[in-house]
Amino acid sequence: MFVIGELINGMYSKIGSAIKERNKKAIQICALEQITCGADALDVNCGPASKQPLIDMAWLVEVIQEVTDKPLCLDSSKPAVIEEGLRVAKNKTIINSTTADKEKLDILLPLAKKYKSQLIGITISAKGIPQNKDQRLDLAASIIAECQEKGFPVEDLYLDPIVLPVNVAQAQMKDILESIAEFKIISEPGPKTILGLSNVSQGVFLRSLINRTFLTMAVAYGLDSAILDPKDKELMDTLITAELILNKNIYCDSYLEAYRKK
Amino acid sequence: METQLVLEKWAGVISTLTIGADAKEGGTRANTVKIGGQKSLPLLFKEGDIPNPTAIAFEIWDVSPLDWPEELVAAYGKALDNPFDWADKCINEFKAKLLCVRMQGAHPDFGNKGPKEAAEFISILLSRVKVPLIIIGCGDDAKDNQILPACSESARNERCLIGCAVQENYKTLVASIMADGHNIIAESPIDINIAKQLNILISDMGLNLERIAINPTIGALGYGLEYAYSIMERARLAGLSGDKTLASPFICFAGQESWRAKEARISPEQGIIWEIITATSLMQAGADLLILRHPEAAKKVSEHIDILFKNKS
Repeated sequence: MFVIGELINGMYSKIGSAIKERNKKAIQICALEQITCGADALDVNCGPASKQPLIDMAWLVEVIQEVTDKPLCLDSSKPAVIEEGLRVAKNKTIINSTTADKEKLDILLPLAKKYKSQLIGITISAKGIPQNKDQRLDLAASIIAECQEKGFPVEDLYLDPIVLPVNVAQAQMKDILESIAEFKIISEPGPKTILGLSNVSQGVFLRSLINRTFLTMAVAYGLDSAILDPKDKELMDTLITAELILNKNIYCDSYLEAYRKK
Repeated sequence: METQLVLEKWAGVISTLTIGADAKEGGTRANTVKIGGQKSLPLLFKEGDIPNPTAIAFEIWDVSPLDWPEELVAAYGKALDNPFDWADKCINEFKAKLLCVRMQGAHPDFGNKGPKEAAEFISILLSRVKVPLIIIGCGDDAKDNQILPACSESARNERCLIGCAVQENYKTLVASIMADGHNIIAESPIDINIAKQLNILISDMGLNLERIAINPTIGALGYGLEYAYSIMERARLAGLSGDKTLASPFICFAGQESWRAKEARISPEQGIIWEIITATSLMQAGADLLILRHPEAAKKVSEHIDILFKNKS
């Protein structure tokens, strides 16, 4: 599982104020802690309160690159902010994210190609959030078709079936899980799959339990990557164990430690 | 139509382990032997780099072996009565580049020699021969915990490969090996889970994973060879996929196991054949270092390695 740490996000008050005060140290500590806990890449989001997101994004990327060469997942709804991150990034990058809307794809696919970045595509469009699996598959197919048309390698595309909070869309959870498996067979080679995990427990009680249960089920459906809180140790232990049960790693008594040693 | 090879691209690499230290590195060995370092399944030269051919070490004992079959005894003759003559014969006559000395004389049933004698023996052997050494205990845990640290100290800076550490008994040996700059053999009973666990336990003590060779415990032809093969293959697949805790080279005691087979004792030729088939099969499974007994078997296996690696490019 390719784990993307979600904690460098201006919506968290500590990070928000670190960005505002240009507190480099606080950002770097947050980056390294997530990596120590098992993050393979780091999400970078300057948050909704940022008044100068272009400058903040560039600053965050530069500050994080000073302490790690892990890939950075540039997270913004504004393509200009993403491009600013891409421009200064020395590390590998993942664009987070495009929707299935042609206007968005027309901007972000050329950017991804230009900067040799990977790309996350979320199966939503201007029409709104899909209501079932078929709508998700339609949107996924249109993103893939657009990638193929523009010569962007589908292996570098991560498709996100868009996770909704369990208390808002309980009836859709099974569709979301099944979409993970079915996205993979839309094309050959297939896209990778990804979830923004914490959405599933937004606004609900027992968040951590719901996160790790949903993640386990998603892993069983073949999920490749997740944006999550790697400092949630029970979540990471559960993830490692789920992959062990799927024979992705060889068992030994210290398998949790062995995974972290990798 | 030309057949297209399906080539796997591996994320991992098997660690490279060097046995022996020359003068430049603070030792006194005339040559060193590297094993491992490959980025491919065994002998798939087109798949990834295989920098080091399978190595062969001749097995000698610190005492005259009483229970060796006639065929083996005949191959060495009188030299078996003196371990230093035996070592010389392996090197001068049979062109051994690497010796594996078993400290059998320390075993309570085979002479019960103490740590001081063991250390002296290693010290003399090191001054008499210039090839790198693999040093193996007598198999009695309590006794090995006395003699192996003494041997390790006696061979300080010579970068020997010393074993065998097992899951129930590894701490004493790991500490000595770290102090004296050697490499360790981690032995597991044809069990990949224990092999992985032992590597983690050893590295937790501070010895780098790259200084471990796995002894997966093998069976000879007809005695579980295919079982050893499947364990080695699975470990190798994991190592090449990026599991560093299983990316160690393999040491296989092919001679010892082959000559235990009753079929090996039926005729001199059959014993040699048994050892050759066992050893070459283990190469297919991923053996990086073969410990052999009969010089004729060693010669044939060595020729086989030369032919395979000549066709590398």
